[in-house]
This record gives sequence, C-alpha cells and structure tokens, in this order.
Amino acid sequence: MSATLTESPHRVLGQPIKRKEDPRFLTGQGRYLDDIKLPNMAYMAIVRSPYAHARIVSINKEPALAVPGVLAVITGEDLEKLGLAWMPTLNGDQQMVLAVGKVLFQYQEVAAVIATSREAAYDGAAAVEVEYDPLPVVVDPFKALEPDAPILREDRKEKSNHIWRWESGDKAATDKAFAEAEVVIKEKIRFPRVHPSPLEPCGCIADYNKTQNHLTLYVTSQAPHAYRTVLAMVTKLPEHQIRVISPDVGGGFGNKVPVYPGYVVAIVGSMLTGRPVKWVETRTENLASTHFARDYHMTVEIAATREGQVKALRVHTVADHGAFDAQAVPSKWPAGLFNICTGSYTFEAAHVVVDAVYTNKAPGGVAHRCSFRVTEASYLIERAMDILAHELKMDPAELRRKNLIPADKFPWKSPTGWVYDSGNYHHTLDYALNLIGYKELRKEQAEKRARGELMGIGISFFTEVVGAGPSKHFDILGIKMFDSAEIRVHPTGKAIVRLGTRHQGQGHETTYAQIVAEELGLSPDDVLVEEGDTDTAPYGLGTYASRSTPTSGAAAAMCARRIREKARKIAAYLLECGEHDLEWADGRFQVKGAPHQSVTMQQIAFAAYTNPPPGMEPGLEATYYYDPPNLTFPYGCYIAVVDIDKGTGEVKVRRFLAVDDCGTIINPMIVQGQVHGGLTEGFAIAFMQDIVFDENGNNLVTNFTEYMLPTAVETPRWETAHTVTPSPHHPLGAKGVGESPNVGSPAAFVNAVVDALSHLGVRHIDMPITREKVWRILRSAGIDE
Amino acid sequence: MGHRIAVTINGQRYEAEVEPRLLLVHFIREVAGLTGTHIGCDTTSCGACTVILNGKPIKSCTMFAVQADGSEIRTVEGLAQNGEFHPIQKAFWECHGLQCGYCTPGMLMAGVALLERNPNPTEDEVRRAISGNLCRCTGYQNIVKSILRAAEMMRGGAGVASGSPVGRGSPAQ
Repeated sequence: MSATLTESPHRVLGQPIKRKEDPRFLTGQGRYLDDIKLPNMAYMAIVRSPYAHARIVSINKEPALAVPGVLAVITGEDLEKLGLAWMPTLNGDQQMVLAVGKVLFQYQEVAAVIATSREAAYDGAAAVEVEYDPLPVVVDPFKALEPDAPILREDRKEKSNHIWRWESGDKAATDKAFAEAEVVIKEKIRFPRVHPSPLEPCGCIADYNKTQNHLTLYVTSQAPHAYRTVLAMVTKLPEHQIRVISPDVGGGFGNKVPVYPGYVVAIVGSMLTGRPVKWVETRTENLASTHFARDYHMTVEIAATREGQVKALRVHTVADHGAFDAQAVPSKWPAGLFNICTGSYTFEAAHVVVDAVYTNKAPGGVAHRCSFRVTEASYLIERAMDILAHELKMDPAELRRKNLIPADKFPWKSPTGWVYDSGNYHHTLDYALNLIGYKELRKEQAEKRARGELMGIGISFFTEVVGAGPSKHFDILGIKMFDSAEIRVHPTGKAIVRLGTRHQGQGHETTYAQIVAEELGLSPDDVLVEEGDTDTAPYGLGTYASRSTPTSGAAAAMCARRIREKARKIAAYLLECGEHDLEWADGRFQVKGAPHQSVTMQQIAFAAYTNPPPGMEPGLEATYYYDPPNLTFPYGCYIAVVDIDKGTGEVKVRRFLAVDDCGTIINPMIVQGQVHGGLTEGFAIAFMQDIVFDENGNNLVTNFTEYMLPTAVETPRWETAHTVTPSPHHPLGAKGVGESPNVGSPAAFVNAVVDALSHLGVRHIDMPITREKVWRILRSAGIDE
Repeated sequence: MGHRIAVTINGQRYEAEVEPRLLLVHFIREVAGLTGTHIGCDTTSCGACTVILNGKPIKSCTMFAVQADGSEIRTVEGLAQNGEFHPIQKAFWECHGLQCGYCTPGMLMAGVALLERNPNPTEDEVRRAISGNLCRCTGYQNIVKSILRAAEMMRGGAGVASGSPVGRGSPAQ
C-alpha cells in the first residue's frame, strides 16, 4: 500500500491516509500525563471551598500534617510570602492561586496537600480544617450590575462588578438604519454556560531541580510555549530553565489552554519538598473549577425591509465571566471575535456592545471549540435570521439566499471590520438544499402539519473566522500569534518536523506529515512530526481556535518550500545544469524538457551531507515563522430535520447534513472525523447541557451523571459533504475546520425545533432544549396526546 | 491493613499486597504498570477504564482490587498477538475510530466483549453495547463503523484486509 505512495508522492495532499499516531493509541501505548511516573514522585490534592462567597476565618493545617505520608500543606498565606498568591490572567485581570482572605466561587482552590501517595494526599486534604464566614452570593449577572449588589472583587480599584464594556461597529449608522427600518425584530437569546469536558482531566507533574534551578513541567496543555512564558513571568524562573512537556493529550477543546492554579501550586510543592509533584484533578474538579464556555445573555435586533433585505444589526450582550476575568483570548479582543456576528450576510451597519460581569462562579468563558466566541456570534445571527423569516413569513432558505454575500463581492468587508477572504455561499446553499431534498422535506412537513404531526427543518449558514492571527491584530500577553515549523531532512532523505502547536486528537502527526511530504516529494511514512516539548519545538502559540492548519500548517508548507529552494541548488549541482533549467514535478527536480534527468529528495539530502556544492553550507534544515496575512473564513450550510413526539416532548433528530467549505482539504478522513465530533458537541449543547447554580452559588452539575454528555445511543447519524473554495492567502488554500461544526450546528438544531412549533406561535426557545421544555410548550399550546 | 491478592492480566499473574480501598483500575495502572486503561470520570459514567473481567466488560474504577482477587482480566495491552493487531484494532485504524485516543482502550474492550457474545451485531446493538463508554471527539459514528467492520473481519467475510503491520501510515481502505 505504501509503495503506491512512494511512486506518486505528489498525490499525498487530499488523500485519506490512515493516521500515523494511531498504533500507539490502539495498543495502550499512548503516553498521557497520568501515565508518567517519576522516581520519588509525590502527589498533590487540593482543598476546595464549599461556599461560593465567604471570608476565610482560619485554616488549621495541623490535622493534615499529622496524616501519615503528608509532606506539606500549602495555603494562600504561604504563597503570599512567595509573591505567588495571585497570578495574571490572559485578559488583564489577576486570579487567586490559592484563596487569600476570601473565596469567590464554590470549588475554588483554598489549600493544597502534598504527600507520598495519592491516598495520603486525599486523606490530608480531608483533614485540613477551614473555617468560613459566608457572604452574600451573586449568581445572576444582571443582579450583579444592580447598585446595591455586593462588590465581589475587593482587590480591584473599581468598586463595581462590571468588568469592562467592549464596542464594535458604527452606532450612529446603526441607529439611523433602525430609525428608518420597515421591519425590526428583537429577541433575547441566551447561550448557556457549558463545559468542554475533555475525557482526560487536567493535570501536571512539576519537577523542580534546586541544584540546577531548573523546572520541568509535564502538563496537559494545548499551548506549551505560552505556558513556559507565563510560568517564567509568574515564578520568576529564567525562561531557558523551564521546560514544558505536553505529552499525549486526551482531548482539549479549549479546556487545556489556561494555566490553572493547581499547576502553580504543584511547582511550589516541588520546590518545597524537593520531589516531583503530580496533580491530576478529579472529574468534579474539572467540571467545577476549570474553564467553562459561553454564558452569554444576548439581545439581538435586525432592521430589514418588508421584502427581507437586511440592513442593520444591533447586539447587546451581558457576559458572565465568573469570579476572575480569566478567559483565554487575544489581548485586543476581550469578547473574542464575537463581532463576526453579522455572519454570512450583507449587513450595511452593525453595532455590538458587550458588558462583562463578575459573579460568584468559576472563571472562564472562552473554550469548547468556540473559535474565540464565534459560536455565540454564529448562533445569535442564525437564530435571528430565522426569527426574521418567521416575522416576514418567508422561507428561511429564501431569506438567506436573498442576503448571502455574493461570490463576486469577496474579499468582503463586514460592518465590524472583518475582511472575509473567500466564499461561494450561494453555491454551497444550493448544494446543501439539493442534497437533503429541501423542497420535498417542506412538502412532507406541510402534509404532516395538516395531520397534526410535528416536524421541523432548521438551517444554519455560518461563517467561521479562524487562524489567529495576523500579528498586527493578534497577540497573547504581547506575543504575536504567529506559529512555526522546523524541518530537518536527514542524510537518507527522512525528515523530522517540529511545530509550535500541540494536537489533542486532531491528527497533526499525519496532516503535517502529508503537507511536508507533498512539498518535499517524500512519503508521509518518512516524515516524523513532533510537538509539545518546548526544548525542541520552535516557539508557537499552540492549538486552539482552529488555528493549527491555518498557521502551523502554513508554516510547515513554507518551511518545506524554503528547504526546496536549497534543494534546487543542490539538484542543479548534481545534474550539472543551471537552477532555472530545473522544474519541480512529480515530487522531484527534473531538467526542463528532459524529465528522465532528475534527482529525488533522497538523492539531494544525501548530497547535502556528503557532497554539497562548493561553498554551500552543508545540511538540509530550515525554520519558518508564519505570520498570517489575514484570518481564514471557513463556512458551511447545515440542515437539521427533527420530529417531535407530542406526548413526551422528545425531539428526534431524523437527519443532519453538514456541508462544510474549509478550503483545500489535506486529509478528508480526518476532516470528516473533526466534523462528526463537533456536531456531536453542538448536539449536546443544543439539547442537554447547562451548568446550573442554585441561589447560594452551589454548582448543581459536577459529574457526568448530572452534566450530560451524549452517548452513542442519543447521538444522531451525521451526513457530511463539502464544497471547496480555497483561501487565497494560505499557501495551500486551507482554512481550518475543527470548530466549524460546533460553531454552526447549535442554530440548526434550535431552528429545526422552533420551525416544528412555529405554527403554535413559538418564536424562540433557549438552549438546552430539553424534553420537559418542549412538553411544557406543547401543553401550554393545548396540545395533548 | 494490606490484603494479598493475585490476578491474571493478559495471561500474566500479578500478586501484591493492597489497601482495601485500592480501585482495580489503580491496581492495573500502578501495580501491574499497564497504563493503557484510563480514568475519565470517577462516577462509572465514561467507561475509559473498561476491561474484560472473567469474560465480561466491567468498569475497573467501580471495583476494588480485592474484589478482583483470583480473576482473569484482559486489557488493551493484551489485544495484539505476536505483533499482529486484533481485528478490532485494525478496524479502528482503518475507519478512523479514534482521535485523541483516551476513550479508545475502553471502546476496544467494550467492542471485543460485544463481538465475542454477538459476532453479527446490528448498528443499534453496537450503539447500545458502547452506551456506557463516552467519547468527546468522534461523535461515535466511526467507532460504530469500526466495530461493525471488525465483526465482518472476525467472521471472515468479504473484503477482509490482510494484516496491517504495526506502525505504518498507509492509505485507508
């Protein structure tokens, strides 16, 4: 099977090559964080707050220190002495590492116990005595903004729970369009608080060597280099004395981007005990304290003509950020890329306002395959377009067709400043409608409705924005969001490629190998991909926001091309001709007009080390830092078909078609897998998930029996297809796809359910659309079976 | 306080003195050193720790090691024989039945247990058999496809691929 590849290496791109990383995972040889055991390793357990808001009156370590095996107990007071009680967040705020003075959310980190075994650490944690004095709790972000609300963050100068306001677009132009509008729709839409819940919880092993003043941190991280820089800033250790290793990562979905307090405490624990310290959180700790996603309370208005031409969009959002503003976003984008919310349509004006608010909940907000809040934006506009269609009594597909950005208008500048790189939206819409048989489905729906049966069809035509990002607009802690690749071609023509990203299941070891193999005329079997070790990989900002293929994928291609330029010189020397007499064809350099005179990359690589042209630096290596000229804008048309049981309120997703356009596809098998997974997460969000708190700030969904993940039984069967509109600025035309299905699908599900109930006067239902919610709507509409 | 137990894992006998509260999954991972069996939830929900105990799939986080005394256990490490993948491993590789790999060992063991008692399952039977195993990456579609494909291979039906050597990236069928 491999022989075919070697014969036609130029056909590597676009092939469904089986994943190179799979054999180790299939045999139990994956090396995840908890699989690593170092000599003399100690274990850490964290004492967490039972209260959402309370003063800490006292902490008694003694009973814990008396537990056999306990080596140390660390509190916020101890960290204060080291200047480590607080750490900076990525969003300009600060966050407690261990609670100092008071706690601000339930399950907040209060103390840590280091012991010789996991069991002793947990026994010790249970023995720590903490006395609390409960304070009034703020759960509702709207109540947090009321003048008499208790001030949560007493450490801040501003005595308010309001964190910041962010505005985008043109208010005057938008107000004018609304004043002149023939039709205006308005709706309040909430995107619930959800959690990424990768199957592997977060954890680390901190290994500090005092003699060498060197720290190795093994950690479940999507962004190891960013961690290294943050840790250098927080711990004051010199950055070259910190090595961050992110081993195999068991899913991330944005949950493994932030630096969590447990990592910092484990480092302190290793410094105090002189041992490597392992900390692996429980599922409850993961759900209740690590980064959640969304929690956007949005009010949307569209101004349009009676014929259904959209004119202006107005959005106001109250964003619940929890106790610390710790969401992981680029510096200039406090609400992420939420102002992409004009979506796929030709709005002339838009005005978007986001107010961020502190509450007594765990911090976070940006995670869960969201592309920096594009999920919220996409859901908002796709829901609002359906509400407008309903208002105008127009078919939602027709309303979209009328307003989609025409193909000849690309690059298209949105009223909030984005420049969409490419798209052929009408083609993709028609392709999807034909593929699912839209007309027939509408006919079937009309017949069923006449018989009293409930069936709905929901469309979502989303535009993603990924590949952050161009250095003029995107940085994290000042570091520009380029990404990188380094390629070394060995004398026998085999290569290693190292990158600044870190996969968590996306198949980078195969995808990047395909890119480099394609560019260098090698077999992907002969290209080893390595990520996740800051001592060996070039600097990069990591894998999240669907940025790996747009940034590091581009870096890998450009790096390979840099190698090919040197290879051309060597080829000319070997073939005794001028460089310009050569052409790159069929994965080799050949003399123009005489293709039998050629050299392969294997021959060139051997010569680079054994017989380089006189005066040329030996070797065949290159590094490339890729600063993308623009973001990429993948898009797609998703259509859901649902049937609703009138007796129980159960929604059955009968069909779901996802037509994605992510530009050039490198490995269609991997892309399809990414789409399946993202759709399933979207399905879960639409129908099952919400992190609920009671009035005392108690988190009511702290394990998988309460926070629902779909199983193979509930999950619908997915239909996938593609149109291909390459990105004009990416070296391969690729746009990225990992988050598109989660960005695009929630609106399709909700639109389908609302469509099934629209004749009953239903205009909007907030997610999650549970059976109970639908049942209540049916009962209040007088439908009883 | 220790209890002496002996279990057989993948044909090898392991004896150890264990605390009564030691979970079987910790025994497998830390005493036997077989880290292919994972832990994902602590509440018997996710199935990442699924192993086959005396012929039946169980969640090894929900059994104490002392309860497994004298039993025969099979884990993911025991699937491949003589460097040759088990058909279910081949099928998962071929059908892209895994992404991050964390749920994979549990899925493989749940799948093997199903196929040993039902060599010709329907798609619905496969979905029910793995309903105690959560996956966050794949949406299950290719896992189901992989198990159906493995069933076909194990029955020796049409289109069975010859053995895939371990460690090569080759085009999927």
